[in-house]
Amino acid sequence: MRQETLKRPRVGLFVTCLVDLFRPTVGFASVKLLEEAGCEVEVPMAQTCCGQPAYNSGDREDTIAIATNTIKTFEEYDYIVAPSGSCAGMLRKHYPALFKDHAWEARAAAFSAKVHELMSFLVDVMGVDAVSAAREGNVTYHDSCSGLRELGIREQPRRLLGSVLGLKLKELKDSDVCCGFGGTFCVKYPDISNKIVEEKAANIQASGADTLLAGDLGCLMNMAGKLQRQGADIEVRHVAEVLAGMDDGPAIGGGER
Amino acid sequence: MQISSPAFKTNARGALADPHLQEALGHVRSGFIDKRQKAVDALPEFDALRESARAIKDHTLAHLDLYLEAYEEKVKASGGHVHWAETAADARSVILDICRAVGARTVTKGKSMITEEIGLNEFFEKEGIRPVETDLGEYIIQLRGEHPSHIIAPAVHLTRDQVEADFRRAHNHLPPTRDLTEPASLLSEAREVLRAQYFAADVGITGANFLVAETGSSIIVTNEGNGDLTQILPRVHIVVASIEKIVPTLADASQILRVLARSATGQEMSVYTTVSTGPRRPEDPDGPDEYHVVLLDNGRSSMLGTEFQDMLRCIRCGACMNHCPIYHAVGGHAYGWVYPGPMGAVLTPSLIGVDKAGHLPNASTFCGRCEAVCPMHIPLPKMMRHWREREFARGLNPATQRYGLKAWAFFARRPRLYRLAASFAIPALSAFGGARRRFRYLPFAGGWTRHRDLPAPESRTFLQQWRDRETRKQEART
Repeated sequence: MRQETLKRPRVGLFVTCLVDLFRPTVGFASVKLLEEAGCEVEVPMAQTCCGQPAYNSGDREDTIAIATNTIKTFEEYDYIVAPSGSCAGMLRKHYPALFKDHAWEARAAAFSAKVHELMSFLVDVMGVDAVSAAREGNVTYHDSCSGLRELGIREQPRRLLGSVLGLKLKELKDSDVCCGFGGTFCVKYPDISNKIVEEKAANIQASGADTLLAGDLGCLMNMAGKLQRQGADIEVRHVAEVLAGMDDGPAIGGGER
Repeated sequence: MQISSPAFKTNARGALADPHLQEALGHVRSGFIDKRQKAVDALPEFDALRESARAIKDHTLAHLDLYLEAYEEKVKASGGHVHWAETAADARSVILDICRAVGARTVTKGKSMITEEIGLNEFFEKEGIRPVETDLGEYIIQLRGEHPSHIIAPAVHLTRDQVEADFRRAHNHLPPTRDLTEPASLLSEAREVLRAQYFAADVGITGANFLVAETGSSIIVTNEGNGDLTQILPRVHIVVASIEKIVPTLADASQILRVLARSATGQEMSVYTTVSTGPRRPEDPDGPDEYHVVLLDNGRSSMLGTEFQDMLRCIRCGACMNHCPIYHAVGGHAYGWVYPGPMGAVLTPSLIGVDKAGHLPNASTFCGRCEAVCPMHIPLPKMMRHWREREFARGLNPATQRYGLKAWAFFARRPRLYRLAASFAIPALSAFGGARRRFRYLPFAGGWTRHRDLPAPESRTFLQQWRDRETRKQEART
């Protein structure tokens, strides 16, 4: 195994604010997957958010302040890994643009080059091609936009899911179409967001799966909230929970009816 | 045309509640996307072509003055006239002068978004000149007194049934029992009605997909052949085009043509690609006596050298809107001016001001599909974000959003405070979620809970739990 011949890489887990606040299980699942892949995982306490809400609202000053803190907090690690395509995309693709012609330009670029989304880190960097998890049933998978189009994440989660015992993947129609979350978009334009997530929920229901998985908590909360409002009997989870075998607790928003 | 972009939200609500529109938008979703994908898959060098198309336009924009002047010289040399119009009003008045000089009463028009941009039809009607749209989609919306809802498929917001009803109402000289169930029968009826108009027209107006500096030619692409009849039959042909339509050579134009139709309709080429250079020469069998080009700026030159310059590469294929979830949900009219979808969300604020068009670049999830399919690699989400930055800097977005954002940023900038606040708020919110573990309603989250439940936090925050775990580990060690 490669971790026996190489020094274990030190990974700083950027847990993301949504996972920190709403779904710690995803954080613990990420740690487990990273440790199983041979990484030494640390969680620096000085992390908050990647800054996307400010960045996408046109507030550059706050974005730069938040980004500066993130870079300072994480730049010492060999790798920075986030269980979200959208946040990892922000750290990896948008920080360099943000700090262009800024005193921190080189520092930001060096930081960004070490950032990976969890699934792509496991498969593309650590060479993981199987996990030791089991789950009976049919799952479907939604490709979140930033992960798919900014980071090219598509095959990696499918490959790992393919190694889960008993799990059958039912492909989702239009799995690459936005779920309508879009960060602050969903509350700024709730009616349009609703129309988009209604289409998504219809496709999820038509997939015949009993579980919906994805790699971004914002999208998952949006889709879970819609399915639950419709009374659909479909569990919604972050893909890391299933891959880490930490899928026995309540699903996202899943409590009594 | 009237600007209703400030009422985007109201427009969108109306669009979402309109069953005919929603039925028609279903066809956008199913039609364009698969056809484009097939055309792209069939051409291995498609991505290489995109790169070269982008390079051609970038080069041209870097030397725009040079190519425009070269183009003007060539048009003059071929016997045509070039009129420079800085504003929409300038363009209208130049066009009116040309029409008045030949005593025009009827003007036929090929499909042109620039004439929409300058509001030419309304202007003509006020001046006593009858504009006749000859593109089928444009003809339909002219009958209805509407504007295009899509830059290449102007009537895409209508169902076949609606068009049939319009034709029966407008063409009441035809037998009411005629069969119009097939779309082809609608097309041939429109052709029949339009034929007489081509011969009645004194002036024909077209847009241009390309202006070629090397030859002084203008190029249009159409599928119905109406553009050819519009520009060949009347005595006067006026090309109305914006300055960024210029390309250096015919070879450049044909390079970009290879990505245009594939991105737009999934065709390899449009049915007609028509090149016109100057008026009819003695040896020509047909053509107009006069050939005019009206070159419109209308704010474009002020985009040069800014973060919005890349938008001037746009070739108006419509792929961005065909792949846009927002466009799919609300259609083109909700955007409230000429250009809808992602390209409109970037271009409209440049042309009418972000104070009026601010909703457009905000109404995006940044899903990135538009940029992924754009044949000219225009970074549309990035430029929408630039508009948001300008809005934010000018304090144009709503106060509730600004304060909400500032309050959140206050904590996000201060990790200790963030952790402290979260360590109180999150367990409380989690407990408040109760056994259902979600909220059907939550104060200050009405935008979310109006349409969906909000999952409650699981328990304490991850950082709280992690710190406790690390502390326990350390204690176990000592």
